[in-house]
Amino acid sequence: MLEARGLKVSYGGINAVKGIDLEVGRGELVTLIGCNGAGKSTTLKALAGLLRPAAGRIHYNGSDITARPAFELVRRGLALVPEGRGVFGRLTVEENLAMGAYSRRDRARVDADFERVYERFPRLAERRRQPAGTLSGGEQQMLAIGRALMSRPQLLLLDEPSMGLAPLMVQKIFETIRAIAQEGVTLLLVEQNARLALEASHRGYVMDSGVITLADSAPRLLGNPQVRQAYLGE
Amino acid sequence: MTGDWEKLKRDPRFVWPAFIALALLLLALPFVADWALGRAWVRIAAFVLLYVMLALGLNIVVGYAGLLDLGYVAFFAVGAYFYALLASPHFGVHLPFWLLLPLGAAVACVFGVLLGAPTLRLRGDYLAIVTLGFGEIIRIFLVNLNAPVNITNGPQGVNLIDPIRLGDFSLAQAHAFLGISFPTVYNYYYLFLALTLFVIFVSMRLEHSRIGRAWVAIREDEVAAAAMGINTRNVKLLAFAMGASFGGVSGGLFAGFQGFVSPESFTIIESIMILCMVVLGGMGHIPGVILGVVLLVILPEALRYLGPLQQWLIGRVLADPADLRLLVFGLALILVMLLRPSGMWPSQVRRRELSATGNPARNGPTSVRDAGE
Repeated sequence: MLEARGLKVSYGGINAVKGIDLEVGRGELVTLIGCNGAGKSTTLKALAGLLRPAAGRIHYNGSDITARPAFELVRRGLALVPEGRGVFGRLTVEENLAMGAYSRRDRARVDADFERVYERFPRLAERRRQPAGTLSGGEQQMLAIGRALMSRPQLLLLDEPSMGLAPLMVQKIFETIRAIAQEGVTLLLVEQNARLALEASHRGYVMDSGVITLADSAPRLLGNPQVRQAYLGE
Repeated sequence: MTGDWEKLKRDPRFVWPAFIALALLLLALPFVADWALGRAWVRIAAFVLLYVMLALGLNIVVGYAGLLDLGYVAFFAVGAYFYALLASPHFGVHLPFWLLLPLGAAVACVFGVLLGAPTLRLRGDYLAIVTLGFGEIIRIFLVNLNAPVNITNGPQGVNLIDPIRLGDFSLAQAHAFLGISFPTVYNYYYLFLALTLFVIFVSMRLEHSRIGRAWVAIREDEVAAAAMGINTRNVKLLAFAMGASFGGVSGGLFAGFQGFVSPESFTIIESIMILCMVVLGGMGHIPGVILGVVLLVILPEALRYLGPLQQWLIGRVLADPADLRLLVFGLALILVMLLRPSGMWPSQVRRRELSATGNPARNGPTSVRDAGE
């Protein structure tokens, strides 16, 4: 479904991503793990059209989307939940969700999707008139995911969904991610919490200093002694 | 208290009488002001309306889209000079008002895009500096474009600009209607009133449109806005273009009203005054912006009375009212900023930032985010 070949991305003169190959098949849940500064978020931003790659090609659903702008990709069903959640703090929960459906014109189905998001996250329903900035970190993450779902994505890119959350909330977010995957949404996840991410995923990539050092099925990565030592803290 | 107000705003028993009272007040204002305070105040009322149009234009850029523009007066200047050059003996061209006004708006619009395009990647302080420069560039062009070919007539400005005419109806003559005589200034007041209402209407429609929501999203978080499927480039350019066109319209009206334009009217102080109106009134909130304009146009005028007041109180003029005016004006600005940091009449969205209900511990991250913006 998504395929990147020889992807290079530079950030103000620094080569953050140095030519990587990456693939996500339809219905898969794939994780990209790695340390801080390995280039994971940069990769995700380039895939979502927020950064222009310096080299390489990206294909999505069979067409070349290299350097296509983000707004166009959202319309084609590729959504990103940005790092640090990026909720619109002064807008209410409901207004945030409405923003997620910005590029959709099918009003009736958007209304139904509001209800689905509220069913999935009852906390958001309780706080629908509250400014998003007053939510807890976990609630904001739920909102960011719910907002992305409002665009009806086929492929959802999640950037560090567990960042800065309490352990219980992290568990909850991962349950949600699994549930979304089971509903047929393809997911590409960037995570520092390697164990939880790999346990939920089909496949994984390990990224280090802008290159992919390992690519394997998730169970095999969990069993890999190198991975265990470097990323699972054993 | 705000809850009561919200309820009152929706109550038809309150809304319609209030609306009719306001309409009557606005219609009667020139007569009342003329009778109570003198003809000069009718002129000030017309200027209030002119500045409302101008400030609502800047409000689109600064209030809705959150792009700090310190050179907004440039578009006012473009509109004013466009009108002045094509309706004065300077070139011997005398195009009609109904043609010049929309054309002036369109030309200002083009200038808005010209300024917007190179600044798309800039934000906050950097954007402010570039727009500041742009404002000055336009003014310096106006001063210097009198040689080798005399286009703007340099620092002398353009004189003898045609007064505004609507068909055979010249605003520069007194007219009698139903036995009531309408002096020139009254005519301008009513024309400006009609156009201001139109500009308010357009502003309100924009605020609640898809584009309006996109502007707010960009203001709140540009990366997230792009991830929502918003074409941030076009939407930002549109904000500059729309804001500029409001400025262009006001500029044309200003030129026709004054009959004279010169670069001196378009200095940086003017940009800052318009920005003050928007910020002090309440960014992104139309009633707030209007209130800001009313106070900031009237206050300096009212402070002229400080001289006679001293004469009356202590028998002589102790401090020059011209000096006192700036002092009092500055004090008033500082007081508003201290007491009403989000503007005198902020929008609901802005108000939320300060009076977020619920757990105070949860307000922590919000303020950190705001500080980091």
